[in-house]
Amino acid sequence: MKLGLENFHFAGGFSVISKILLGGVFTLLLPQVLSAEQIRGPESIEFFDRAMRFFEMRDHSVRVVALGSVLIGISCGMMGSYVVTRKLSLFGDTLSHAVLPGIAIGFLWAESKDNLALLLGASFAGFLGVACISLLKKFTKISQDSALGIVLSGFYAVGICMLTRIQKMDFGNQSGLDTYLFGQVSALSTNDLIGVCASLVLITLFITLNYKELLISGFDPEYARSVRLPADILQYLLWALLAFCVITSLQVVGVILASALLIIPAASASLLAKRMSSYLCIAASLGAISGLVGAFLSFLGERLPTGPLIVLTASFLFLLILVFRPHHGILVCWVKSRLQSHRIAMENTLKAIYQVIERHNFSETSIRMEELMQRRNLGSGECMKEVNRLSRSGFATASLDPHSPSGLPPEKRVSLTPKGWEYACRIVRNHRLWELYLTNEARYAPDHVHEDAEKIEHVLGEETIRELERILSNPRRDPHGKLIPSLVDIERGWLG
Amino acid sequence: MELMDVSLFPAFDFSRVFIEPWKTPASVAWNGQVILMGLFICWTCGVLGSFIVVRRMALMGDAISHGILPGLALAFLFTGSLALAPMWVGACLAGLACSYCIEWLRLHTPIRQDAALGLVFTSFFALGVTLISLGAGDVHLDPDCILYGEIGFVPLSPSLRIGGMDLGNQALWTMGGVCSLIMGAVLVFYRHLLVSSFDSTLARSMGIRVRRIHFGLMLGLALATVACLESVGVILVVAMLVFPSVTASFFFVRLSSLLWASFPLGAAYSIGGFHLAQWLDCSLAGAMATFAGIVFIPCCLLGPQDGIIWKLRRGTNNFRMN
Repeated sequence: MKLGLENFHFAGGFSVISKILLGGVFTLLLPQVLSAEQIRGPESIEFFDRAMRFFEMRDHSVRVVALGSVLIGISCGMMGSYVVTRKLSLFGDTLSHAVLPGIAIGFLWAESKDNLALLLGASFAGFLGVACISLLKKFTKISQDSALGIVLSGFYAVGICMLTRIQKMDFGNQSGLDTYLFGQVSALSTNDLIGVCASLVLITLFITLNYKELLISGFDPEYARSVRLPADILQYLLWALLAFCVITSLQVVGVILASALLIIPAASASLLAKRMSSYLCIAASLGAISGLVGAFLSFLGERLPTGPLIVLTASFLFLLILVFRPHHGILVCWVKSRLQSHRIAMENTLKAIYQVIERHNFSETSIRMEELMQRRNLGSGECMKEVNRLSRSGFATASLDPHSPSGLPPEKRVSLTPKGWEYACRIVRNHRLWELYLTNEARYAPDHVHEDAEKIEHVLGEETIRELERILSNPRRDPHGKLIPSLVDIERGWLG
Repeated sequence: MELMDVSLFPAFDFSRVFIEPWKTPASVAWNGQVILMGLFICWTCGVLGSFIVVRRMALMGDAISHGILPGLALAFLFTGSLALAPMWVGACLAGLACSYCIEWLRLHTPIRQDAALGLVFTSFFALGVTLISLGAGDVHLDPDCILYGEIGFVPLSPSLRIGGMDLGNQALWTMGGVCSLIMGAVLVFYRHLLVSSFDSTLARSMGIRVRRIHFGLMLGLALATVACLESVGVILVVAMLVFPSVTASFFFVRLSSLLWASFPLGAAYSIGGFHLAQWLDCSLAGAMATFAGIVFIPCCLLGPQDGIIWKLRRGTNNFRMN
């Protein structure tokens, strides 16, 4: 039975896998060796020795691997900047899948695993794929994503058919073809390194020579057309370079994940950069870092795949940037919203204290904690917390009531400091001015204005308040007949 | 070295390709199961794919099918077995997480949808491959298998037994179950899916939960992908999703016609792919997708709805008039 399976499956010498069927087809199949590859070191070397070996860079292979992944990271990062800003992200993915039949053709042509033939085949298939996408886009109404899906899966299917066919044919050395699926950084030779360098130089030259043109045609195609820039030619050149970049990186990250190295560093850079030049620099350095770290990590373990680790490093960097970036990062936003909600809670408490004092016709300067709790609708613990926060900021002081009836624990009282009094007056003033504005100018019913004012009192700026005062000609009473604390009151520090 | 072994296209032998598979009752039973499996897969994917294509999310299928890998890996690492149920749960959760991450990035960061999609699914896939290679000792899940699948194994599946009754192939029953589940869901929610696919504002005004429909579709996609995974592999699922409805769109305009068209097209892919694989002696799933591509090309050229030929002719006519 097992022989029959071997015939069916795409195994044999090609993927180093022998299949064991466990519980039928609907359980997954078990291989003995994972095809995702690792940098191989001598078996006995321990974890730290491996790390040291990598850092010292004494071995030739380690140097090639490190240099190769860094260079590929840089070129993919730079190319990726254009890919992401021009919304071509999935184009790279399609391209990397579409090269599979080309690899098969190259293999058939050279009748062995010759890197140059494979690269030529891959380039041919890549360009054919690009041509198919542009034809579909130009002559049919198929939407872009469907066109990409068709080319991706169609080419890939043909590739798989050819590869499985090659397996049945009687070639000697087929092992190594599968390194193109997940990438094998350890298989990088000095010749491959030359190819990688060439692609990096080409990309750098192209970008530096056409920097302005690319910028204009990418961000403002209308203007580019009006100044007669050859935007189409630039576009095709960019696609060709993209194909070249993907093909040279296949050996390191593999067909499936080649697009990740294009997209992820560039997407991370898009969170940070404001200008295209800094975008390019950030994307290139992130690509280089992920290449180096990924290669290092896969060097540490015996059976760790390189391509996926590089991609994971890049995604980790992306997550770090997403969380910690300035202005809009998750952490910054979280801190900002915490601070905001604290401020709003504090202002609400100040307002509540003011309102309690107002209910007593401003006869007392301090209020009982119980009243504040009722007003704010909070439990004693939470209310105490609020008051403590106020006193830490110097807006209020809490004290024990000396006149409380004996026998019971002394009551707590809260009084506002002059600073707190001013702040509370300002909030109440915002609230009541806004209510008045809504009733008088926006013609709201007086019983509909409170909710709105509750929200806006915290965000009204000084200028808006001056404007409201001017429109309403310095009113003294709000629509509910309550006193609007005026500037003079606030300065005098006392009302009534 | 014989000639037949070297050439990419072996000599076409009619009887070997078309007669031999159907000669003996045993081979008919064996190949019939393979073709039935192909039918189920093509139909499930075709119906789901029609909605996905009109929603312009064709590559979402690609993303989800890659994104379920860490779920499979984690399910395997936690349970230590290849039992079906935890695998399904893991895969569906991972698929939903993948689509949620994409939505979150699109809504809350300046990253555009296509970049978000590419970013998330490649990261998930890389995580899956790394987990698989880290976690398991001598026994591994096989990334190759997930990538290509092999529908030819279907008849080897153990038979499903309920109460001593032998009901036949388990894999077929499972796929058939998923197929009918998805068909049923589409029948029940057809109007919701239709409206929310084309006009989400109208859908919202009609009280349809657009987001829920979206995630429901993604869940269906994850389910279908896991079910198809070992048969056709991650990437060919995309072919099965995209090809039927895009091919049909050269003949029909209405969504319901696209849905109905995916049934004969699915049958064609399954049967045509099977015989193509018989001829070329290659991966069955690959041959099915290749056959889908082969069907697509003439339809794209000659289809009455905006086929390329008609468009070109109209173009030259316009040119003459000018």
